[in-house]
Amino acid sequence: MFNICDNINWQALGKEVLVESPNSNMKDPKFKQFIEEGLEIDKEEEKLYTATQWQLMWRKFRRHKLAIIGLVILAILYTFAIFCEFFAPQDPAKRDTNYIYVPPQKIHFIDESGRFYLRPFVYGLKQESDPITWRKVYVEDRSKKYPVYFFVHGDKYRLWNLIEYDLHFIGTKEGPFYLFGTDESGRDMLSRTIYGARISLFTGLIGVFFSFIFGCILGGISGYFGGSIDLIIQRVIEFLLSLPSIPLWMALAAAMPKNWSPLKVYFLITVILSLIGWCSLARVVRGKILELRELDFVTAARLAGATDWTIITKHLLPNFTSYLIVSITLAIPNMILGETSLSFLGIGLRPPIISWGVLLKNAQNISIIALQPWLLIPGLFIVITVLAFNFLGDGLRDAADPYR
Amino acid sequence: MFVVMFVMSIFSFIVIQLPPGDYLTSYIMTLQTQQGFVDEAQIEALRKQYGLDLPMYEQYIFWIKNMFYGNFGWSFEWNQSVSKLLADRLPMTVVISILTLLFTYAVAIPIGIYSATRQYSFGDFFFTVIGFIGLATPSFFLALVLMYLFNKYLGFSVGGLFSTQYIDAPWSFAKFVDLLKHLPIPIFVIGLAGTASIIRVMRGCLLDELRQQYVITARAKGLEERKLLYKYPVRIAINPIISTIGWVLPSIVSGATITAIVLDIPTVGNLLYNALLSQDTYLAGSSIMILTFLTIVGTFISDILLAWADPRVQYL
Repeated sequence: MFNICDNINWQALGKEVLVESPNSNMKDPKFKQFIEEGLEIDKEEEKLYTATQWQLMWRKFRRHKLAIIGLVILAILYTFAIFCEFFAPQDPAKRDTNYIYVPPQKIHFIDESGRFYLRPFVYGLKQESDPITWRKVYVEDRSKKYPVYFFVHGDKYRLWNLIEYDLHFIGTKEGPFYLFGTDESGRDMLSRTIYGARISLFTGLIGVFFSFIFGCILGGISGYFGGSIDLIIQRVIEFLLSLPSIPLWMALAAAMPKNWSPLKVYFLITVILSLIGWCSLARVVRGKILELRELDFVTAARLAGATDWTIITKHLLPNFTSYLIVSITLAIPNMILGETSLSFLGIGLRPPIISWGVLLKNAQNISIIALQPWLLIPGLFIVITVLAFNFLGDGLRDAADPYR
Repeated sequence: MFVVMFVMSIFSFIVIQLPPGDYLTSYIMTLQTQQGFVDEAQIEALRKQYGLDLPMYEQYIFWIKNMFYGNFGWSFEWNQSVSKLLADRLPMTVVISILTLLFTYAVAIPIGIYSATRQYSFGDFFFTVIGFIGLATPSFFLALVLMYLFNKYLGFSVGGLFSTQYIDAPWSFAKFVDLLKHLPIPIFVIGLAGTASIIRVMRGCLLDELRQQYVITARAKGLEERKLLYKYPVRIAINPIISTIGWVLPSIVSGATITAIVLDIPTVGNLLYNALLSQDTYLAGSSIMILTFLTIVGTFISDILLAWADPRVQYL
């Protein structure tokens, strides 16, 4: 920002020189270019003055490379999650007892004789016994090749439980296709990871939605009315924040009846997660409202006869929407981490629900991880997602105050 | 603080009460499978003994009163008194938490200073990336990955706190050395997230301080760079760090709980987990109570530390 201003001062000076003495260094092409650039920047600056706040924020956000990367990654992940039936190559519940604990298959372009194929393929699998441990292992069967196609017809599914179809994004027409390997009952880990994304990613969103409601209402009340209500709410927040969250969640989740339907369990878990999540949001809301409450426009609104509710929702909330968005983005990863941790311990979501935490539960002890390390892949996705959210939140935080 | 403890005790009590049936139900079930029959009178006697025939609030008072006498109830899963179980694990829990806290600050503060003084250098960039990844990795996943890597490349298992031959052995120097060998990994796993966030706080605070005019003045009058850095800006930047204990400690206790379960370390968190799974309610409630108590006491101590380190902080 400062750079632009500096340029303009110098170059505006140059313009004056140009106008006042036309026979000066105008013939020098470098000088001419310098002046023209100055005019160009002038236009830019004009745009800057007339830009709305959101446009300014977008400008600043765009400059944050990591944030853009995070946004793109999240967009891809959420697309996968929303259309998981289509993107998953197989039915995640389909058990194939012929292929238990298959290691991830590699996609090949070049076969064993060195020939290059434009259409990639996977080799077939055959079972062999390890000569030392006598454990069953799968090795590539070089004699069989299965080409990989985009948009193949495979297992039937119902998209969002509505549209019945069988088209999949990627897959083979016949033969095994396990890019992330299989688990202990021969289910495809890639498909399960993609289905898990739906649950894990949306737990974050729904949980944040709940804490957003709690946080806005309680933070709003606390900041706007002040006094003893404020004191009580602040003490409650301090109390909740000083508690170790995971043992607390564990206790609440474990108290849940075992015979509840998966949907009910899912709902309850998100509520439990947002029980602590709202605190930080409420703090942001309260801080901002305390700051804005004293400003003249609020007094004006009150004199004009606006009710408290109108003042909070119409005049105060829009003033710090950007800050809210930032805290929400930064709160989502915590929710996702909480859900996966609980499910991983077996007291959060439980099969048949598929979430990343539930998938990782299968990889709980060393003897399994040592032999089947591909079961850890869902964890990688957790890390990527949380990273992306943190980058995005960082970028948004920088952009939230565009005038700085 | 006492109010907090009171609220917490009510909460723990609710945890005990929440699962369907009281905790005698599971005990009666075990008796039934063992003996084939249960004596009605015996059940009644047990009910009386544990005060389960009283109304809810009296049960609560009963529970609290017993707690002051050091009687936390009886764990049916372990067939031991809860207080003994907790006493066995409490020292290890406290040791691990405190060591992790020390590790976190010992690593984070120097790195924070380094990153702030050499902003945008390769080292700064490197630690930023590590920090981001550290924040994004759930501790249980980190533990799993470490377990895998150690097993694969170094060929030993990292679970537990002692090698098998020392588990039941009395304390000796060899056992102590063995413990030291096992400690670094859990401490690293638990501490990573906290370390990452403190590095960022430290870096930010110190950068703010370095831009202050008094730094320029000090530099202008020719103060040695080292002295300048450590005597003024670092001292001020450390104050907010001390106040971070308030949220680092809960996160450490959280992380320690889950890491202990994965790495199978005998701490209160691990105990709580097993108690919750087997619905050993008195044990679960007491474990929660102890864990939160530890956290709150820790936070309280950090508040006192802050007041001592920074005279500007006043208590109302």
